[in-house]
Amino acid sequence: MADSDIALHPPELKHHFDDAPQQLEASTLGMWAFLATEVLFFGGMFCAYTIYRHAYHDAFESTSRFMNVTIGGINTGVLICSSLTMALAVRAAQLGQKKALIWLLIATLTLGGVFLALKADEYHEKYVEHHIPGPGFQYEEPRFAQQAQILFFLYFAMTGLHAAHMIVGAGLLITLIVMASRNRFSSRWYTPVDMIGLYWHFVDIVWIFLFPLLYLIGHTK
Amino acid sequence: MGSFSIFPPRASAGAGEVDALYAYLLLVGIGMTVLIFFFVFLFAIKYRRKSPQDRPRAIHGSIPLEIAWSVIPFLIMLVMFGWGTELYFRNYTPPSGDTLDIYIVGKQWMWKIQYPGGQREINELHVPTGRAVKLTLASEDVIHSFYIPAFRLKHDVVPGSYQTFWFEPTKPGRYHIFCAEYCGTNHSRMIGWVTVMDPVRYQTWLSGGGTGESMAELGQKVFEKYGCVTCHVLDQQGRCPSLRNVFGRPVQLADGRSVLADEAYIRESILNPNAKIVKGYHPDIMPVFQGQIGEESLLQLIVYIKSLSVPTSAQLGQEVPK
Amino acid sequence: MSTTLPHPDLDVRTNYLNADYGWKSWLFTTDHKRIALLYLFSITAFFFVGGAFAVMMRLNLLSPNGIFAHDTYNKLFTMHGVVMVFFFLVPSIPATLGNFLIPPMIGARDLAFPRINLLSWYIYIVGGVMALAAIVRGGVDTGWTFYAPFSSTYSNTHVILAAMGVFVAGFSSILTGLNFIITIHTMRCPGMYWSRLPLFVWGHYATALIQVLATPVLAITVFLLCLERVLHTGIFDPSLGGDPVLFQHLFWFYSHPAVYIMILPGMAVISELVACFSRKAIFGYGFVAFSSVAIAVLGFLVWGHHLFVAGQSMYASMVFSFISFLVAVPSAIKVFNWTATMYQGSISYDTPMLYAFGFIGLFTIGGLTGLFLATMAIDVHVTDTYFVIAHFHYVMVGGMVMAYLGGIHFWFPKITGRLYPEAWAKFAALVIFVGFNLTFFPQFILGYLGMPRRYATYADEFHTLNVMSTAGASILGIGYLIPMIYLAWAWRFGPISPQNPWHAKGLEWEQSPTPPPTFNFIEPPVVTEAAYNYSGEEAEIG
Repeated sequence: MADSDIALHPPELKHHFDDAPQQLEASTLGMWAFLATEVLFFGGMFCAYTIYRHAYHDAFESTSRFMNVTIGGINTGVLICSSLTMALAVRAAQLGQKKALIWLLIATLTLGGVFLALKADEYHEKYVEHHIPGPGFQYEEPRFAQQAQILFFLYFAMTGLHAAHMIVGAGLLITLIVMASRNRFSSRWYTPVDMIGLYWHFVDIVWIFLFPLLYLIGHTK
Repeated sequence: MGSFSIFPPRASAGAGEVDALYAYLLLVGIGMTVLIFFFVFLFAIKYRRKSPQDRPRAIHGSIPLEIAWSVIPFLIMLVMFGWGTELYFRNYTPPSGDTLDIYIVGKQWMWKIQYPGGQREINELHVPTGRAVKLTLASEDVIHSFYIPAFRLKHDVVPGSYQTFWFEPTKPGRYHIFCAEYCGTNHSRMIGWVTVMDPVRYQTWLSGGGTGESMAELGQKVFEKYGCVTCHVLDQQGRCPSLRNVFGRPVQLADGRSVLADEAYIRESILNPNAKIVKGYHPDIMPVFQGQIGEESLLQLIVYIKSLSVPTSAQLGQEVPK
Repeated sequence: MSTTLPHPDLDVRTNYLNADYGWKSWLFTTDHKRIALLYLFSITAFFFVGGAFAVMMRLNLLSPNGIFAHDTYNKLFTMHGVVMVFFFLVPSIPATLGNFLIPPMIGARDLAFPRINLLSWYIYIVGGVMALAAIVRGGVDTGWTFYAPFSSTYSNTHVILAAMGVFVAGFSSILTGLNFIITIHTMRCPGMYWSRLPLFVWGHYATALIQVLATPVLAITVFLLCLERVLHTGIFDPSLGGDPVLFQHLFWFYSHPAVYIMILPGMAVISELVACFSRKAIFGYGFVAFSSVAIAVLGFLVWGHHLFVAGQSMYASMVFSFISFLVAVPSAIKVFNWTATMYQGSISYDTPMLYAFGFIGLFTIGGLTGLFLATMAIDVHVTDTYFVIAHFHYVMVGGMVMAYLGGIHFWFPKITGRLYPEAWAKFAALVIFVGFNLTFFPQFILGYLGMPRRYATYADEFHTLNVMSTAGASILGIGYLIPMIYLAWAWRFGPISPQNPWHAKGLEWEQSPTPPPTFNFIEPPVVTEAAYNYSGEEAEIG
């Protein structure tokens, strides 16, 4: 296939687009719009959290000492590093460096896995402490029992939804790794890496909000 | 069938005011509708297509016209807004002076009414003319809504909180009470009657019913039954605050805040005492009564505690039958 | 910018209907026009399911004591609302007419994300199957508003199945909205500036903004409700420390903007119809376009008007009331501009225009009664009564459904390549108009008289008006059946349509064949004039 043919009709250009820049603009705007919907999705729960935290201020202070700031802190560091490896992966794709791209994607995936493993450990800790909302819930200070259950429910709902998004992100990263090893990306076209990078950064940012709100503010020992 | 009216019976002064506002809205609404229909019909007929070759001249717009038909309707709407808001505030803010307080508990699927004199009714409410009546509404289960079309008033009855509204009846008669928030199977049977009577007949009716014990006296019995008396009256060690002259006044809390001791505060203090601790006292001493005292008994307790207060200039004692 | 290339296998005798055959070519299509038809058939099916429930409800209300058991009636009105709102009205015009027409109207070959378009239909079907499963397994009785704590703690029906069906269908709506926004931003053909877009496109753009930003909040609300139903942690249950009014705030934060999803596309259609059948550019184009966006934005700020009697702060209620009046202004602007378009136009009475007349009249009434509800002191009396039911049926049925039918008739030749029988169509439009008013106008009166909504039985004095309403409903039902019959007949046996039977302006009529080929255009279009240039004016340069 002559180079001029490729310039006229690059293989990744879908037929309904006029040209590659238009396709890239559509993909990018689409991902940003989708992330806006995710902000609203998480926003509903942040709203409920804010209301109950304000209403049950004392109960919140009581529950905050059961938040494992150590694991939360390590996880924050892990996610920030994973965003770094993801950004470097996008750069590697930009420069057409296939090996670097694959290794950096694997690094991002691994760090994501570390986050999820630590989260699972944290959830297990909550299970042992009988802090999982539902029939088995028990709380150390009876006067806050009802309110604590609501607050723990919001904790699990928010971090659980975040973890679900991370699991989806992990699946997307695996897809990218497979695609990269099959030579689908080049410096001319690497849009999926770019887009999933945006998604990964968003999931990271949600955690950056979750961590201070759930773990740090009002924390007492 | 009698004469048909688009208005239900008007049994309070407030109802007349709502109807007047409604009449204004009808005027504007019908006027605007007639205007639009008129112009659409006029243009549809006057500019009917004469030939397939018609090429009307383009008229792209007119800024003055756009401004006019934005601003003028908006000004008309401001009248609606102002009038409606003022009336709403008045209807939902009970007068601070002499009100006849009646307590209503809604549950699937009936209304339980308690009078300060201790009389109780199911699905029937009796009120006198010429007196401001304040209803305090509570729910035992789901959200209901207490609706009296003849007064043009309703309010949702929300579990976990007290809601109030007030009215002054003017016309004797019997009028519908409807539940107006869907609440399950027999929502449409959760209905009753409000009977408005002139004050003399009302007094007669009051003295005819009830066990003779007022709500406050019933509340005192509840107070003793649950052992409140041991701390709040008999205690010598200062474990709990006195309840004399508490209701209707500010309370200083341990965390520095100051709250008004109203019905909601008393209710919370009984069901969830550790939510707010009075300054100088400690948490975890008063038992938690959540789930143990029903809504009707809670209201009796509140009326009793109200009766322990010397009325401030803003309050008044309740009507108690002789 | 590179030139666009004609697609190598474009053939003028082939159109999107006959380009390929077989069920796989339909169920795995990425052609926005075929996806629009997939939606058309499924939405129509849900319309009749929801309509069947309405028929049963009106039958029950023929007598004050009803005919069904109360639990049955409660399920009927719930399922009527859930099906009509989430599975008919929200997707209706956008997923059928929007999907079909937005690409040709802006000169594009397809939407930005064709596979996501197909995915959104499948997601809609999954959500629909879940809702149907809830119906078949015994129904839901919470009302389409799912208020807590009844729905979270007291109802014994299939709440989770129905609510999760709504949750799933919400993603279909989000994906459609995303697709429209990106398409309109990035895929307009040369010369198609924002100021030249048909108002149909502007209206769908505004709708898409709402779909994308509001629906996620419904999703999370419904999700929390289902978790609460299973775990009983108390987030909405006051006996466990929760706040039932929080549910109402979260629910209405989506559901109020949602009602604008259920009217803006109708207004978008009406702009096209009024322009074509007055043969004149829409008066105040810029104002109409801007009004669509203004309605979308302001619509997010008024949800508290559903909570005037719920125990909301009086001061908050005041703010919500004021903004509710404000959002009426752009709607009024549109009605005035459509009417002014007719001035000195050349008006023809084809069926689509009859539906447009109906829309203008009935939407005016419906919108004005919204002002009654925004007026706090009046709302206290009429909220939760038949007044509200009459109001929203006037805007959603007298407005949106009429616009939908008008649009279906207008673009029927474009979609099918055939003409429908005009006499039958006019007759049906008249039957629908009469039936609709007889059904719903008495309900305004019933509401002010005090008849609450969601009542299986009612006080005797409401009897006559209820009988009138049911009589109207039977006429309306017949009115809706008639087009089903003649449109289905015409698709198969109707006369072949010329390229542009209405002599309408617009890329979809002037430069795309009837019916269109798979990629919409034979020659890539270039736009050199403003929208609705019926009078043949020269475009300004730049």
